[in-house]
Amino acid sequence: MKKSLALLSLLAASATATTAFAAGRDTINVVGSSTVYPFSTVVAERFGKSTNFNTPKIESTGTGGGMKLFCAGAGIDTPDMSNASRRMKKSEFEMCQKNGVTGITEVLVGYDGIVFANAKSAKQMTISRKELFLALAKEVPAKDGSEKLVANPYKLWSDVNPDLPSTKIEVLGPPPTSGTRDAFAELVLEGGCKKFAWIKAIKKQDKKKYKSICHSVREDHAYIEAGENDNLIVQKLTANPNAFGIFGFSFLDQNADKLQGSVVDGSAPSFEGIADGSYTVSRPLFFYVKNAHVGKIPGIKEFLKEFTSEEAMGEEGYLTDRGLIPLGNEKLGQIRKDVLGLKPLQL
Amino acid sequence: MTKQTQTSAELTTTEKVAFSLKKRHRKEKRFQWMGRLAIGFGFMLVLILLTDIFIKAMPAFHQHWVKLEIDYRKDWMKIDSSESVLAGEGSYRTTLKKSIYQMFPEVKDRKQKRSLFALFSTNAEFTIKNYLMENPKVLGKKVDVFVRLDDDIDTYLKSVNMPGEEFSRVNQAQAGWVLELFELKRIEKRWNTSFFLNGDSRDPELAGVKGALTGTLLTMLVTLLLSFPLGVAAALYLEEFAPKNRWTDLIEVNINNLAAVPSIIFGLLGLAVIINMFGLPRSAPLVGGIVLTLMTLPTIIIASRASIKAVPPSIREAALGLGASRMQTAFGHVLPIAMPGILTGTIIGMAQALGETAPLLMIGMVAFIVDIPGGITDPATVLPVQIYLWADSPERAFLAKTSAAILVLLSFLLVMNSIAAFLRKKFEKSL
Repeated sequence: MKKSLALLSLLAASATATTAFAAGRDTINVVGSSTVYPFSTVVAERFGKSTNFNTPKIESTGTGGGMKLFCAGAGIDTPDMSNASRRMKKSEFEMCQKNGVTGITEVLVGYDGIVFANAKSAKQMTISRKELFLALAKEVPAKDGSEKLVANPYKLWSDVNPDLPSTKIEVLGPPPTSGTRDAFAELVLEGGCKKFAWIKAIKKQDKKKYKSICHSVREDHAYIEAGENDNLIVQKLTANPNAFGIFGFSFLDQNADKLQGSVVDGSAPSFEGIADGSYTVSRPLFFYVKNAHVGKIPGIKEFLKEFTSEEAMGEEGYLTDRGLIPLGNEKLGQIRKDVLGLKPLQL
Repeated sequence: MTKQTQTSAELTTTEKVAFSLKKRHRKEKRFQWMGRLAIGFGFMLVLILLTDIFIKAMPAFHQHWVKLEIDYRKDWMKIDSSESVLAGEGSYRTTLKKSIYQMFPEVKDRKQKRSLFALFSTNAEFTIKNYLMENPKVLGKKVDVFVRLDDDIDTYLKSVNMPGEEFSRVNQAQAGWVLELFELKRIEKRWNTSFFLNGDSRDPELAGVKGALTGTLLTMLVTLLLSFPLGVAAALYLEEFAPKNRWTDLIEVNINNLAAVPSIIFGLLGLAVIINMFGLPRSAPLVGGIVLTLMTLPTIIIASRASIKAVPPSIREAALGLGASRMQTAFGHVLPIAMPGILTGTIIGMAQALGETAPLLMIGMVAFIVDIPGGITDPATVLPVQIYLWADSPERAFLAKTSAAILVLLSFLLVMNSIAAFLRKKFEKSL
């Protein structure tokens, strides 16, 4: 009897809580990319501590998952912001429009580098994107120089280029669901793939085929999918000096005593190199704001102000301490102006 | 060959038994040893796992603090009365910076100043603010205040034998300053209370498990309050009252199948039904509890039914014979006897729910939440999610925090199990 009473009161409590919830929400809800998450959370925490607003709630759902939630509708029960480790796709933008999310503000946060690294106990590698493509793609141009694709025959790095060490090709990297993997395929593999003029020519005729040649990673245990957890890759690399890993720059930055980034196309991954663009393997990070929620959820404007402030996103801001590669001062000023004016996104 | 068969054929049964006795004893001994070996092996694995976690977790339980000479000068603070202090005004960041530079007058260069300031936790300005708010009289005076060191410096002090040594994320100048502070006896190692009293943070030196622990407690409470009465009632009805026909068979098969459904499916169900249809808030322990209830219910029902079935029919017959109704028999006699088994089933179900993250991902409980939840509709996260989030963080100091959070989770499980064991004993005794 007592139990059923407790149950009843619980249900009653939940019912009242629901109505109270529907009436208003006082915490900002953010969803989206796990790459932007470490930066977003730092700003949220500072924002919660230094103002009287609640600390925003940040969910790490992945870029695509975040967009789905964000574009589900304009109601107050949908998230206010969505983090993304790539720009919003046209299809996502259209989905948003269709569901009544019309005013969206885009915020470019900064850049993130992707590194190819190994343990410090081994030698630093100097490699080009073309060589990385040859070592890791599923199908590569035949060795005789003819315009034919063969299954990747390379076993050792020295098979790709005699100047490289004669160790087994062994690369730990993220699985296809990860944004880091997408970016790696796009920036490194495709970058190397394009160096073959005849493959590049395919792009004009058959875009799908071109993409499948350039973005497919080999599946014969030379590339090992190590899961989404970058820390795991770091630990495995220190245990195995012959292996290489692919992960975000912030992890290299935090583990600079154990790991070293390889020199890719003549430039080693460094803070300055990524910022000035000489290190080519970097991508922009974004977040998107639902304009309709500004004024309905307390603190959105103030949060945007904190996020785009010099102290956060600036060249010496606290986000750079976390490994974010900042925008230039001029660009930051422009973005701050656009964001605080809630300039709607056009795609 | 033929000779041997002949001799064995000549033996009597007693002789045969006596003959094979030694062999059978040997067999039994072998089996016993194998059992001991299996237990020993399992025990060893658990021991290795626990020691590994324990060793990794040790650094998280201590923290280095540094005594800074803070000069609460009115012109730095930009306030001049204790009323404004209590109102929360004042520029503490400037005061902190200037006080630190005053302690190290030789640091002039901007870059050097930046790396000096990086020695201290980003929370230091709030620490000195709290200190002044508690002691408003020190405004305008110079006082010693303990603040936390930055997580990099904390890790550095924990990993080197002597401050001043080289370390990756600490530059030479910083190592020198730390050594100076150390020799002045200004650095103190303290028990890390903030680990148990704070919510999550992106600064490892501030991050704590209280938010996740509260979230776990609330979620488990909802799960228990929903799944235990529902599960026991369902089991009792199915065993004691329901007719045995095709429908109840179908229900039984379905319950057994439900127990084997991967937990992420329940998360999807929670998202579609509980959040989207009923409009309950995302990330709330209430929704988490309901989803985990769906997951634990089959376990509790199956265990409860087995336990009710094991109650000897003579007890039921005796009760009915003395004039008790079926309801009285079920609640007054069958249920108390079956209770120890039901409790075991419940604890297994709850322990499963305690470690679950997959269904919670769908309903938004895998999130960065700093504020400690105050009720079942506040945004919250749970311990396994906290462990996952910390394990995924780039900051090195989170490695120790991850292991420490695992220990907290294990202790929580231990407490839960002990309560169940205590209740079980109580029920067994009262029979």
